[in-house]
Amino acid sequence: MASVTNPSTVSTGSPTGKALREATFTAVMTFLMFALFIGLKTDQNMRNELILVPRWGMLAILVVLAFVGRFAMVAWLQPWRAASKAAKAEAPTVDEEAGFVKRNFSKLAILALVLYPPIILALFGAQGSLKYIDNFGIQILIYVMLAWGLNIVVGLAGLLDLGYVAFYAVGAYSYALLSINFGFSFWILLPLAGILSAFWGIILGFPVLRLKGDYLAIVTLAFGEIIRLVLINWQDVTKGTFGISGIPKITLFGIPFDASPNGFAKIFHLAPSSAYYKVFLFYLILLLCLLTAFVTIRLRRLPIGRAWEALREDEIACRSLGINTVTTKLTAFAIGAMFGGFAGSFFAARQGFVSPESFVFLESAVILSIVVLGGMGSLTGIAIAAIAMVGGTELLREMDFLKAVFGPDFTPELYRMLIFGLAMITMMLVRPRGFVGSREPTAFLFERKNVSGSFTKEGHG
Amino acid sequence: MEYFIQQLINGLTLGSIYGLIAIGYTMVYGIIGMINFAHGDIFMLGGFAGLIVYLLLMTVFGGAPIAVALLCMLVVSMLVTSLWNWSIERTAYRPLRGSFRLAPLITAIGVSIALSNFIQVAQGPRNKPIPQMVNSVYTIEGISISLKQIIIVVITVALLASFWYIVEKTPLGRAQRATEQDRKMAALLGIDVDRTISITFVMGAALAAVAGTMFLMYYGVIVFTDGFVPGVKAFTAAVLGGIGSLPGAVIGGLLIGLIESLWSAYFTIAYKDVATFAILAFVLIFKPSGLLGRPEVEKV
Repeated sequence: MASVTNPSTVSTGSPTGKALREATFTAVMTFLMFALFIGLKTDQNMRNELILVPRWGMLAILVVLAFVGRFAMVAWLQPWRAASKAAKAEAPTVDEEAGFVKRNFSKLAILALVLYPPIILALFGAQGSLKYIDNFGIQILIYVMLAWGLNIVVGLAGLLDLGYVAFYAVGAYSYALLSINFGFSFWILLPLAGILSAFWGIILGFPVLRLKGDYLAIVTLAFGEIIRLVLINWQDVTKGTFGISGIPKITLFGIPFDASPNGFAKIFHLAPSSAYYKVFLFYLILLLCLLTAFVTIRLRRLPIGRAWEALREDEIACRSLGINTVTTKLTAFAIGAMFGGFAGSFFAARQGFVSPESFVFLESAVILSIVVLGGMGSLTGIAIAAIAMVGGTELLREMDFLKAVFGPDFTPELYRMLIFGLAMITMMLVRPRGFVGSREPTAFLFERKNVSGSFTKEGHG
Repeated sequence: MEYFIQQLINGLTLGSIYGLIAIGYTMVYGIIGMINFAHGDIFMLGGFAGLIVYLLLMTVFGGAPIAVALLCMLVVSMLVTSLWNWSIERTAYRPLRGSFRLAPLITAIGVSIALSNFIQVAQGPRNKPIPQMVNSVYTIEGISISLKQIIIVVITVALLASFWYIVEKTPLGRAQRATEQDRKMAALLGIDVDRTISITFVMGAALAAVAGTMFLMYYGVIVFTDGFVPGVKAFTAAVLGGIGSLPGAVIGGLLIGLIESLWSAYFTIAYKDVATFAILAFVLIFKPSGLLGRPEVEKV
């Protein structure tokens, strides 16, 4: 609607004058918005009554920051950006031959991931590397896998799913309950958890087939909440909010990763360490991720994959061409859910503990935002988005040096989700089409050319 | 029978709060077709504004008559919350208008996360209890109605009447309905579309702020996570009533409130939210565009 918007401010006078005016306005707004929330803090006194503690200094700092920030933006940043845009428009565009790195990006990325654990082990030793392999490597890869799974539903079939975490929960609890109660091994339960999740995907899919767009979104959200509430309340089986602990570890061809005589370290005559298990988990989740990517890429070339994308672009056209939209939607839900189930059972095995706390709506929102930020449908973009979002928040846990700047009472941990939310907004504003805005077409004439993401639709459910 | 009527009254009170929040959802959805995920947190913000104003009155003036205190809380909370929603719309949603549909949804989720964590950082993560503001209870033939409940229902009805008047009878409301029907055509006919959308956000926030303050007065406690569950329920109410329809939002809100209190009264309280969501799914299966929603006509 750019054509109908009015210019918000009529630029009269010098740019500095305009900047001053806008900065003053921003400062006043900031004061009014934050006076109650930053200027006063509610605290409990000795008698457990709420009292107000004034913090006018902090409010003043915030208002000054808003003033300076807005002034800098209007006076310097905006003219500079306009100038660089104009310069770019004038320069002739040259079709560059894609460089070596760009052409083989995915191969290089996989190679880097395969080499990641040995390099980290060599750099930080067995104990020091645990953090990097576990918190950064495995954690990010789980989200990559979840996002790639959700991508099938949202990116390919164009069905907005806000309850994806439910399938993750089904996978995790299937593994936890079946391995504890029946003693099955991970390798039997991994496919089983996937099948169970896919089954739940179909159960969810059936009632929502007639719904469109945002109605679909709310029902999937409700479904996710129902699964979580049942997990909390069905205490005989799930132990409620206490969660299930003592979930068995994964074994490698029957070799357990522990200090026992027939454990991994003893058999291969290695020094006992917990790092082997982490490295093993890293390669396992990497393999699962690659499986997801492989299946997604192959599915796009199958009739069903093409039907998904056709469904996303135009449902009526699809139906008139004789595509069965019911089975098409159901398979999208089921296959997306299956990968969620795989990731869930891996998550349960890695943590050794599951509780409903891990499957809140926020997780669904994070996974969905990774998919959208990655550019909906682009596997590379989604992986980059997962690294940026999840890796970024994990990095914030490590910001201990900030204590030296803001004093010992400062806990960076508290600000983690605040910064996460703000980062989500900023990234979306900067790149509304996601990190990778172009697509590889599935069907093409003569040669495969990337098309801009603006030409693909996002589906209406 | 008395027990049933008692639960009906409780459900009505709860439903009024949900209805007030649901109107914000439904108005924003109607006018720009976007699920405003941050609306629940705007409600929570309104509750916190009410809390701080209350404490301010207590510490600075050493207390005030209940009516004055409540009025101050409502007015300040409405103003501050509207200001917040106006700025949020301006910075996080407006630049993405005309971009693809999921982009503002994701920024709204980001705003929701940022708002609740901002309150956690700025006001602390603990529950914030206040003493009972209003505690008279009237008993009529075995049914007890508290003054709190009467206040909530009366304020809700008054607000709904005035909002109904604004939307149906004033030039502003006409502009809103025109923008809802066809944004481009409305702009061609001289309606300032951006301004109309901003005002819609401000109106939604004002109602959410009232709901937040009522929530604080009714339960006497608020915490930074309180935006999520009422937010989702109000959204459910809006969808149940047919998203985009104002009376639908109110009816949906009342229904959700009634289902919740009747379910907790006659069945297990643990599964009351499951019941709410299950009924939502059930209604949508048979009436995919909600109770009062117009079915979307697809043109090829």
